[in-house]
Amino acid sequence: MSSSNPLRDPADRRLPRIAGPSGLVIFGVTGDLSRKKLMPAVYDLANRGLLPPGFSLVGFARRDWEHEDFAQVVHDAVKEHSRTPFREEVWQQLIQGMRFVQGTFDDDDAFERLRATIDDLDKAQGTGGNFAFYLSVPPKSFPVVIQQLKKHQLADQSSGSWRRAVIEKPFGHDLKSAEELNAIVHEVFAPDQVFRIDHYLGKETVQNILALRFANTMFEPIWNRSYVDHVQITMAEDIGIGGRAGYYDGIGAARDVIQNHLLQLLALTAMEEPASFDADALAAEKTKVLGAVRLPKDLGRDTVHAQYAAGWQGGAKVIGYLEEDGIDAKSKTDTYAAIKVGIDNRRWAGVPFYLRTGKRLGRRVTEIAVVFQRAPHSPFDTTATEELGSNAIVIRVQPDEGVTVRFGSKVPGTSMEIRDVSMDFAYGESFTESSPEAYERLILDVLLGDANLFPRTEEVELSWKILDPIEEYWDKHCVPARYPAGTWGPVEADEMLERDGRSWRRP
Amino acid sequence: MKTDLTDTTASKINKALVLGRRAIGTPAIGMVLTLVIVTDEENAYDALKAASDAAHEHPSRTLVVIKRVSRSPRDRTKSRLDAEVRLGADAGTGETIVLRLYGDVVDHAQSVVLPLLLPDAPVVVWWPVNAPLDPAGDPLGALAQRRVTDTYACEEPIRELAARAEAYAPGDTDLSWTRITPWRSMLAAALDQVDCEVRSVEVEGEEYNPSCELLAMWLADRLDVPVQRTASEGPGLTAVRMDTDCGPVVLDRADGSLATLSVKGQPSRAVALKRRETAELIAEELRRLDPDDTYASALRYGVNRLNAPGTSAKGNSGDGDGDGAVAVPAPVEAAAKAPAKEAAREKAPVKKAAAK
Repeated sequence: MSSSNPLRDPADRRLPRIAGPSGLVIFGVTGDLSRKKLMPAVYDLANRGLLPPGFSLVGFARRDWEHEDFAQVVHDAVKEHSRTPFREEVWQQLIQGMRFVQGTFDDDDAFERLRATIDDLDKAQGTGGNFAFYLSVPPKSFPVVIQQLKKHQLADQSSGSWRRAVIEKPFGHDLKSAEELNAIVHEVFAPDQVFRIDHYLGKETVQNILALRFANTMFEPIWNRSYVDHVQITMAEDIGIGGRAGYYDGIGAARDVIQNHLLQLLALTAMEEPASFDADALAAEKTKVLGAVRLPKDLGRDTVHAQYAAGWQGGAKVIGYLEEDGIDAKSKTDTYAAIKVGIDNRRWAGVPFYLRTGKRLGRRVTEIAVVFQRAPHSPFDTTATEELGSNAIVIRVQPDEGVTVRFGSKVPGTSMEIRDVSMDFAYGESFTESSPEAYERLILDVLLGDANLFPRTEEVELSWKILDPIEEYWDKHCVPARYPAGTWGPVEADEMLERDGRSWRRP
Repeated sequence: MKTDLTDTTASKINKALVLGRRAIGTPAIGMVLTLVIVTDEENAYDALKAASDAAHEHPSRTLVVIKRVSRSPRDRTKSRLDAEVRLGADAGTGETIVLRLYGDVVDHAQSVVLPLLLPDAPVVVWWPVNAPLDPAGDPLGALAQRRVTDTYACEEPIRELAARAEAYAPGDTDLSWTRITPWRSMLAAALDQVDCEVRSVEVEGEEYNPSCELLAMWLADRLDVPVQRTASEGPGLTAVRMDTDCGPVVLDRADGSLATLSVKGQPSRAVALKRRETAELIAEELRRLDPDDTYASALRYGVNRLNAPGTSAKGNSGDGDGDGAVAVPAPVEAAAKAPAKEAAREKAPVKKAAAK
């Protein structure tokens, strides 16, 4: 790649960032994620003109498919799930670089065939030896695939070309397993070759946290313990575990969601301003704040885990967790988890961060609520401000992406009465109906080698350090509480906040 | 919902907007810009349709200013403003106000538009046809951060381009320039892949399509090599051939949708390069509202300097099929490069004056 391309000019902002010559190899290409997210994302990128000419997509799976069958599957997946309209000429561009390699993960021949396919693509499509390996595989197949890549020299970067590995959560199930996993990956791929996908970080709203905080002047001065009373980070799902019993039982909500998504959101909300907007500077600040996270002294008092019981969810009768197919009737796995943590630094000392997540809650919503202290003095009498709550800034991550500011306002009328009102910024209203999917952004970043939005090894390990003691405590000391499906969690969680004189927001 | 106002004023229109918003139950507005479309009755429908498609990406208040032709002296002395306020489902994601101007007020359109602009939000003016020769100097253009013209819709695109270069002010842009973004991006990607020096370029496309000239000027400006503009049957741009010191790099699109990129020593690859709809062009135009310096630089290269003699003269007499260069008669310059640079230097003061 020539660095001195005269047609490139930083001032020319119309020209999009196009990935250089490259290809993507997907392991586990028959899976749900691949069909619903990855294939459509690749098509959407091509449709937006962001993929290089000759971009190649290689599928690897056990199915006995020909290249044409694979292309047909991609075609159907794209037609059904892509965000942008289907266009024949874009498809014609993509289909030329589509290959399928049949085999199991322990099949040496298959990996040799994969290598031959890649060499062939370099010749036929000009991919220049640059390939990203997307491991959309179950955790147990992980070490095998990584070792196979090494054994067949697929991970070797020759002069001027790159090889990258893209891996999905779970990044282990505790600190020890995470370290083992990292050791396995890093034995084959160097740290800068590994991209860990946390699809939350690819969302526009999450990137907007940084814009909101660091591009504006009106928020940052109050973004500290002098004004903030507490922060609530919620990720609620209305669905149950569905068909994921095998994966979910024994893992639970905290490991599935708090360890990665919620702690990443916490890091972005609480971190100091990075020196620049590059991967190293961002990782430095995130690591610093995750390292400063302090657990409560009494874990029994300040954490809650629970399971959903049978109930009514949005007008449909649903069964409880223990009655789900494939779940042990004595399972202690949490489908709801709420924890309180503090951050030991000058900005946040004494400000609790409440994190909660759960399945079968009221509705699907993810949000970060920064709740402010009450005014130190009010010139109005108490009856006037009776209905006034605390001011809050709520970053709505999904759905209905946007930001809400809540503050008090006078109710029209002759008496002085102040009530909460909210002011809304909705993405859908101010910008685009069609902001890119998280996976589009993340796949493009992998091809460009831009690691801004990917958590690093240290961040993953720090998150496990935060969660491990809590999981151990739950394992030893208590049985999960119960909450009826379709509600906002167990009473124990409400009591946990009541003890602090606070209450959960109804998102 | 739709409200018709006959013989009205801007303040009555504002009142209708507030009432309309209340009636459909959305008192809050989250629009990010005002798009003013200045057009005649004939082109209003298409332009408005493109704008409302683009509004899916950029919720905006769209003001369509339609200047009606007066057919008698009596008509000309009477002035009248009719308005049609569209909200909610009738206006896509934003608000649309169609303004019909009759008589004298045609020359004072800015007085109608000014009170209807969104507070503290950027203004974009788009002339689908009949753009003024000096957009920034136009009373409506002066209200805007961004002035979008379209030389494609002109009688004499080449002359129009020269005029645009003369009158350029930061914030000017042209849809003919927007149309070639995919080409530019693909050509830049092609040069990313080879480490070669470009010696000369040929841009081939249909006649009377200023996009070809703009692409040629951009290439000439960035690469500093002679660029030849040749004509073909179209549609639109059909090919760019770059002669480099490691062989030709050719991007060829015969059918207006799927192109082939061939680089010497590399396999040929298919590239989707579809000609885009006006709505997509407007959406791209609205994405960034800061001055487009690359456009300015390409435009100022000067359309007359394309097809510099030497390469082109020979090529023309060679084919003899009349399919050669189509640029306007340019003052003959003895050598390709040196005088061209001088010409640029001479032109510089003029540009500054225009851009002030």
